[in-house]
Amino acid sequence: MSVSQDWATASAAAIAGGVTSGAVSARAVVAASLERIGRIDPAVNSFTDVLAGRALARAEAVDAALVRGEAPGPLCGVPFAVKNLFDVAGLTTRAGSRINRERAPAARDAALIRRLEGAGAVLVGALNMGEYAYDFTGENIHDGDTHNPHDLSRMSGGSSGGSGGAVAAGLVPLALASDTNGSIRVPAAFCGCFGLKPTYGRTSRAGSFPFVGSLDHLGPMARSVADLALAFDAMQGPDPDDPACAKRPAEPSLPGLEDGIGGLRIATAGGYFARSGEPEAFAAVAKVADALDVSRVVELPEAARARTAAYLISAAEGASLHLNRLRHRAAEFDPAVRDRLLAGAMLPAAFIERAQRFRRWYRAAMLDLFREVDVILAPTTPCRAPRGGQTTFLLDGVEFPLRPNIGLYTQPISFIGLPVVAVPVWPDDGLPLGVQVIAAPWREDIALRVARHLEREGAVRAPIARL
Amino acid sequence: MSPNPHPATPPDLDVYCDAAAALLGLTIEPAWRAPVLANLRVLREAAALLEGFPLPDEAEPAPVFEA
Repeated sequence: MSVSQDWATASAAAIAGGVTSGAVSARAVVAASLERIGRIDPAVNSFTDVLAGRALARAEAVDAALVRGEAPGPLCGVPFAVKNLFDVAGLTTRAGSRINRERAPAARDAALIRRLEGAGAVLVGALNMGEYAYDFTGENIHDGDTHNPHDLSRMSGGSSGGSGGAVAAGLVPLALASDTNGSIRVPAAFCGCFGLKPTYGRTSRAGSFPFVGSLDHLGPMARSVADLALAFDAMQGPDPDDPACAKRPAEPSLPGLEDGIGGLRIATAGGYFARSGEPEAFAAVAKVADALDVSRVVELPEAARARTAAYLISAAEGASLHLNRLRHRAAEFDPAVRDRLLAGAMLPAAFIERAQRFRRWYRAAMLDLFREVDVILAPTTPCRAPRGGQTTFLLDGVEFPLRPNIGLYTQPISFIGLPVVAVPVWPDDGLPLGVQVIAAPWREDIALRVARHLEREGAVRAPIARL
Repeated sequence: MSPNPHPATPPDLDVYCDAAAALLGLTIEPAWRAPVLANLRVLREAAALLEGFPLPDEAEPAPVFEA
């Protein structure tokens, strides 16, 4: 490691190596991260809570354990932050809302925070998000909007806007986020960083504030594929505290990460995923397909209906979760969230049951498709990061409401819990876009391998924003 | 997509909104009414699109439940 290494902006892998070898202390790394957050974040607004005291104490404990000769964890001394729907002991879990601020502080850290800290990482704070995660913009009327670090006048994307913003601004190498309909993948696309939405049921959601239990996933965001894999491997594994968390044992992705794409059958999603977007969204997919030498195109069956079903389930389950708050405190919601939830509360049960039954059909049809291919490429969003406050956009010359349609391409994928690595593509001198690298259930390892190959080839990258 | 499984005359969502709000104990303030109705219309169209797809009676949902 060079003496001029800037530890505040180093990768998780570099930090873990540096701390383990004694080149730098965990305390120095965390102090550098805290200093950078204090200097840079006022412009980005990605943090809602900075936990300097806790973080420095934890970093000192990591250093002391190394001095005692204890085995270093794979994330030794790595600072990270979490979307503020994760429980952090002593903090109120606000989930982007005003109403939840009256809840008692969390008694215990969320399961994934405990697992990352068990691997040596150090939590430095909680991150801004769209209210109750029902959002694709990264805008928040209570805490202020998270601004896109690559262009502060643009949206960060949401709902994990703080997670994307903090990683792209180089404030932390690693952030945790949630994804119900695209909330990891959209900010990864707009902010130009990597995100992993694991298979539904892979990572424990214990100690996180829910949105749509049928569709909620938790995963990492980072500036390199290796850092995603490091975090993913440290977090996976069963947890009886989350009823949807699978009982299958951890399947580490790091050992095969450099194996390349030999033998993998890769195709681009056509039809639904090749229309209704700006030309640059498809240029980003083409760039990735070129780098992988992929010419095959496959059709995902009934993708429009899959998206529609996810939309209905989200509205109804979200409304059911918040029904009492809607009855008694509706005026305290973000209006954009409240109006959708009020309508969702009124949906007949038969509509939702049908959407859940369709989900079963679609799952079977997609598993058939995955007998023919190992990886599917699709755009993440139909456009680059819109301007802050923008409410409509043009698709194929027709004006559409912006908020619901940002998730056009992400919803049909998370609907059946497929694992996705969202990779950042820079097709020209402008802002980045994302491409979804989608694999069959439980094959995060394959999606990560492909993403790593693309990174090695220079087709995708996550530079720190110049701020 | 034409919502053919539904009646030829679109339902009066204004009336439905009032009845459902009363059933659920929700209050719809005047300023919220137009956006709530707009969302209801979109959700109804979404449901119609789904109903247009034939599913066998054996297609069961996949809830997360273990006895």
